Amino acid sequence: MTVTLIWIVVALVAIGLYLSWTAGRLDRLHTRIDAARAALDAQLLRRASVTQELATSGVLDPAASIVLYQAAHAARQAEEDHREVTESELSQALRAVFGEQAQVDVVREAPGGEEAADELAAAVRRVPMARRFHNDKVRAARALRGHRKVRWFRLAGHAPFPLAFEMDDEPPVALADRPGT
Amino acid sequence: MKIGIVCPYSWDVPGGVQFHIRDLADHLIRLGHQVSVLAPADDETPLPPYVVSAGRAVPVPYNGSVARLNFGFLSAARVRRWLHDGTFDVIHIHEPASPSLGLLACWAAQGPIVATFHTSNPRSRAMIAAYPILQPALEKISARIAVSEYARRTLVEHLGGDAVVIPNGVDVGFFDKAEPKAEWQGGTIGFIGRIDEPRKGLPVLMRALPKILAECPETRLLVAGRGDEEEAVAALPKEMRDRVEFLGMVSDEDKARLLRSVDVYIAPNTGGESFGIILVEALSAGAPVLASDLDAFAQVLDQGAAGELFANEDADALATAAVRLLGDEERRTELSERGSAHVRRFDWSTVAADILAVYETVTDGAASVAADERVSLRARFGLARD
Repeated sequence: MTVTLIWIVVALVAIGLYLSWTAGRLDRLHTRIDAARAALDAQLLRRASVTQELATSGVLDPAASIVLYQAAHAARQAEEDHREVTESELSQALRAVFGEQAQVDVVREAPGGEEAADELAAAVRRVPMARRFHNDKVRAARALRGHRKVRWFRLAGHAPFPLAFEMDDEPPVALADRPGT
Repeated sequence: MKIGIVCPYSWDVPGGVQFHIRDLADHLIRLGHQVSVLAPADDETPLPPYVVSAGRAVPVPYNGSVARLNFGFLSAARVRRWLHDGTFDVIHIHEPASPSLGLLACWAAQGPIVATFHTSNPRSRAMIAAYPILQPALEKISARIAVSEYARRTLVEHLGGDAVVIPNGVDVGFFDKAEPKAEWQGGTIGFIGRIDEPRKGLPVLMRALPKILAECPETRLLVAGRGDEEEAVAALPKEMRDRVEFLGMVSDEDKARLLRSVDVYIAPNTGGESFGIILVEALSAGAPVLASDLDAFAQVLDQGAAGELFANEDADALATAAVRLLGDEERRTELSERGSAHVRRFDWSTVAADILAVYETVTDGAASVAADERVSLRARFGLARD
């Protein structure tokens, strides 16, 4: 009788420890999502600022300048739930303007243009990276949250259900030196 | 930036992953970063100054072959000490899913972790069973890199999630500037790879050779690589055997010169390739390339634009394509020029810039890497004193 009781207590403690560990793991996952989201925000903001700088520099023709300025401005001012759409539109605007190598060369020839072009190239390549890293973390957290033990014991607490950031982040051909990344 | 790189395979055994890490470390050091590589190595092996030994790797049967792996209490302690002493801004783990140093480092560290997945194995039962064990460790990785679109697909299938594709790097200038060797020139076909490893595809080439020689009798086949030479030519008619020259293991310099000299480089590999670094090296040297149409090869060759492809394991298709190429100098020049332009994206300057961009993305605002302190029981229940 006592032996059975002891075994039951041991089993309960083991289950408790396992659940506590899982809750900790989930908590760390949520922290990592926040960090990845902050990194993604930084890259998006950086891309929008460089675009805006180029648009107001007078290096590009007026039409291209207005298109870029408008898109970058909208992306920076967007409400959280429009963010994905406005950032995608900025990608499209950048693709439209920097679709040709000649346009990039014009920017590079202007004084200080070399750095601006490099910075933009770095920004348009880092956005897809940061977005993939973020969505990768989101996927891991969602997989764990979908598990029975997490749902039954409400281990996720009040943390909001993590959402992936979906946008069109294809870089312009003339700025991406490599396809597929 | 202080960068720690974890190599899962023995430093003293030559291999693709080891070379990749060596070149990456060299390149990062030249750019002014502090790099430390943790790798399994025998205590007697001479190591470059930036490599820290994690002890001897133990040969164990794993995944169908004998792999030399590091695991166990002692290795784990060395990983922790390396992490603690290094105070790295970021650690870069190679092959985190293989049961070796990579996985141990992943388990023991916290902070910005970048991981590169090199292999593209078909999904195995062991992987499915190991999934719940691996997952908590792999969740710590902040950024995943796959070496090819093909490797990325396997990763997504096996472990879920996503990765950015950054190809393996090659020092294009090294191959580009090599001197061609006169005795290796003039109607020559090149093959580099282990002779006795059927997946490298020498048997396919040997089956195609009689047809090639029937059309172009002056052709010579130069084979560089380890293995039994007698056995390799056994299937060939006697009078054709002297058209095959074995060069044995060649140095890096000779490899570059060989690739500069040959008229056509043939890669008849039948499988097991996740990237195909040798193709990139051949393209760097300006050699016209003819390769089997493996996924990884097709991607390196830009779906056939930077080099010709033939149906995998089809000796007849190989022979036809090789004969056509050997007889068409214009086409060879065209391929060589297109290849040289295409290969710039695999140069270390581009590849390392991409890898650094990944490092910067994950370290922005993050604390440095530290050993992952296990939360004590008291702390977990809020009973710790501090």
